[in-house]
Amino acid sequence: MACGNGKEQEQDPRIDGIAASIRVVPDFPKKGIMFQDITTLLLNPKAFKNTVDLFVERYLGKDITVVAGIEARGFIFGPPIALAIGAKFIPLRKPRKLPGEVISEKYDLEYGSDCLEMHVGAVQPGDRALVVDDLIATGGTLCAAINLLERAGAEVVECACVIELPELKGREKLNGKPLYILIKSS
Amino acid sequence: MQLSCSTLRQFFFLRPPRLPSSSPPLFLTPRRRLPSVVRAMASVGSDDRRLSRIASTIRVIHDFPKPGIKFQDITTLLLDPEAFRHTIDMFVERYKDKKISVVAGVEARGFIFGPPISLAIGAKFVPLRKPKKLPGEVIAEEYSLEYGTGIMEMHVGAVHPGERALVIDDLVATGGTLAAAIRLLERVGAEVVECACVIELPELKGRERLNGKPVFVLIEAD
Repeated sequence: MACGNGKEQEQDPRIDGIAASIRVVPDFPKKGIMFQDITTLLLNPKAFKNTVDLFVERYLGKDITVVAGIEARGFIFGPPIALAIGAKFIPLRKPRKLPGEVISEKYDLEYGSDCLEMHVGAVQPGDRALVVDDLIATGGTLCAAINLLERAGAEVVECACVIELPELKGREKLNGKPLYILIKSS
Repeated sequence: MQLSCSTLRQFFFLRPPRLPSSSPPLFLTPRRRLPSVVRAMASVGSDDRRLSRIASTIRVIHDFPKPGIKFQDITTLLLDPEAFRHTIDMFVERYKDKKISVVAGVEARGFIFGPPISLAIGAKFVPLRKPKKLPGEVIAEEYSLEYGTGIMEMHVGAVHPGERALVIDDLVATGGTLAAAIRLLERVGAEVVECACVIELPELKGRERLNGKPVFVLIEAD
């Protein structure tokens, strides 16, 4: 089910087409999970363009200096946004992928934990940052991303995702940071 | 010898700037200093300036991921919006009139450069991924690593026979990954028009592994 960000707003007419281009794959990566597959959105140039445009329209003129994208699907949506708004793009990566000096933030998985890394020096104090990923579920990854950016002195203005799974209450993990999403999915 | 603009442009793309390991980019060929070609070079001056900017932003990290390797780090390019813009523009200018319907990007750094190109030229973007990342039905292709093999996957149905495809990655080294990407696309009946990378390491002779498929790069590095 697609909807915009607030019940009081009219939904942008592009959202339906974007939602329709997303494929749900049952039982991936394991039984019981309904996986929201954005690769089919990427196969639809108009839907992909509309997705990027919706984010760009929101963030142009907001003095965003950094777009941080979460590996790997945040690397698909983040750079086009960064290019359009004239911001730096910063990849936030799994451990040992970034060369050179990094800072690291741990986050919980369903079983165990993982780490997100960011290059030292990529972000300066005072940078205004966006965090981009394809989807927010539990919010663990986004929370780690926010922490990395704030540790480096940036102000995280907003998190932006194509899809939210609201039942998993990821928003609550963001410490009050605003979240902008195009599509809510049950 | 008077060189025409088109000859120089061709020369320029076949012999891209070299990036030595630690100093600012050296891409001036001996010919550039000859007065007879100064006028002709002026017409490719904007390419010169853009490539110079792009090359100057790439950082070399020594001994990563292991001792002896000089790692070409494009993350610093991404920190320079103008350089990142120039990089995408140069690829888009090359491909926008070539009826490309698919841009396939190799995980993960191909995901950074591929989508802006595909958006600008109106093509689909297809992610080529490590195993078990893509949901749904996939086809897989093995490729050699220094020790052992890797596997690259593509979604079944993403690409149709007769489609014209580009393969994008940040860098071509041995060519193993690009070769696997080409095989995946050709197995589903696509025509791989070209591979495009920001950086080439020519000493590793990656081009020779690509069965004659052309590779377009912006920067050569030691």
